[in-house]
Amino acid sequence: MEDSRRQFLKVAGTAAVGLSAAPAISAVAASGGHGAQPHVRKGADALTAKQWGLVIDTTKLDHEKIERIVEACHKTHNVPDISAEKVGEKTAVRHEIKWIWETHFHNAFTDQPSKYISEEVEERPFLVLCNHCEEPPCVQACPTEATFKRPDGIVIMDFHRCIGCRFCMAACPYGSRSFNLRDPRPFIKETNLAFPTRTKGVVEKCNFCAERLAVGKPPACVEASEGAIIFGDLEDPHSEIREVLREHHTIRRKASLGTGPAVYYII
Amino acid sequence: MNDKGKIIAGIVIFFVVASFPFWLNMFLEKGPAPELVLTPKAKAAEKCVRDTQFMTANHMQLLDEWRDTVVRKAERIYVNAEGKEFNMSLSNTCLDCHSNKAEFCDRCHDYASIEPYCWDCHIDNPKETK
Repeated sequence: MEDSRRQFLKVAGTAAVGLSAAPAISAVAASGGHGAQPHVRKGADALTAKQWGLVIDTTKLDHEKIERIVEACHKTHNVPDISAEKVGEKTAVRHEIKWIWETHFHNAFTDQPSKYISEEVEERPFLVLCNHCEEPPCVQACPTEATFKRPDGIVIMDFHRCIGCRFCMAACPYGSRSFNLRDPRPFIKETNLAFPTRTKGVVEKCNFCAERLAVGKPPACVEASEGAIIFGDLEDPHSEIREVLREHHTIRRKASLGTGPAVYYII
Repeated sequence: MNDKGKIIAGIVIFFVVASFPFWLNMFLEKGPAPELVLTPKAKAAEKCVRDTQFMTANHMQLLDEWRDTVVRKAERIYVNAEGKEFNMSLSNTCLDCHSNKAEFCDRCHDYASIEPYCWDCHIDNPKETK
């Protein structure tokens, strides 16, 4: 009896060792025989940077041009137009979705020290959007890492992960984020079939046209601006954007908050 | 105590009851397995991104990896074992071939009683309104 128990344990032990080695053996066997494994990579034309940024030359923009730029962006990304005619004025204000929009100087630059400014600047329309901050407060606020900063500086949303808590909206000092309080699909005038829509219950914002940069195209706003918006790598001292920044005096929105906005304005 | 008979009977009854759903399933008539329709384009391609067996069983895991890679890692090109390249996009690549969602995706999903919410955002038929 003693002998056979010992025998049994020996056999069982050897079998257990053999079984635990099986997955490793089969993995080695599989990788050996079948040649290349499937893998992923960036597209050959993809534009890359360390910190993407924009310079907006406000002297070159007027209401019509801004309208065209906003339309180009919103059409590209299936941003719904929840207008007052369709849902009533009060609801339209609460349900509005915007990635890029026009505003007044006093709303855009709340921390400018001068009390009396030039009339011309005061009346000039300003184009505002997500600043793709160097230290984005929305990213710190997001509990699910649905909003994150990419290695190329773009602050982007992973809509798959957004739980709709809206902490990011409270954290963003620029009002760059909108919440889908309703299904946006009925309000999209012309659907861009190549880009997804959003669903009820997620926050959305400008994505710096990550999908266009991936295929070597400039952001839609830059393309529609006819030279009024310059985009490029802020970390590259030889880039066009840095050249423009060297030549012109620029200001940033609420820079005193320390978020490090990557959108610069020529006034 | 000599309740051997009772105990064994109890165990047998327990197993019969516990395995009842499996029994029932064996005898019940099942609905016909869904028949998938391939578009001419999908037929002409012969092979999907991976082989059919892998795709049938694992397309959801593959799509899950794709969405993470595209959105979070900004890598959009998938190179399969044969070296063929694909743009990792549900609407623009998968549904470009399988442009018949109702006859391809939905039939199986309905049969398995699964309601994926991909289509809440991703446009389900990029060709339909083109």
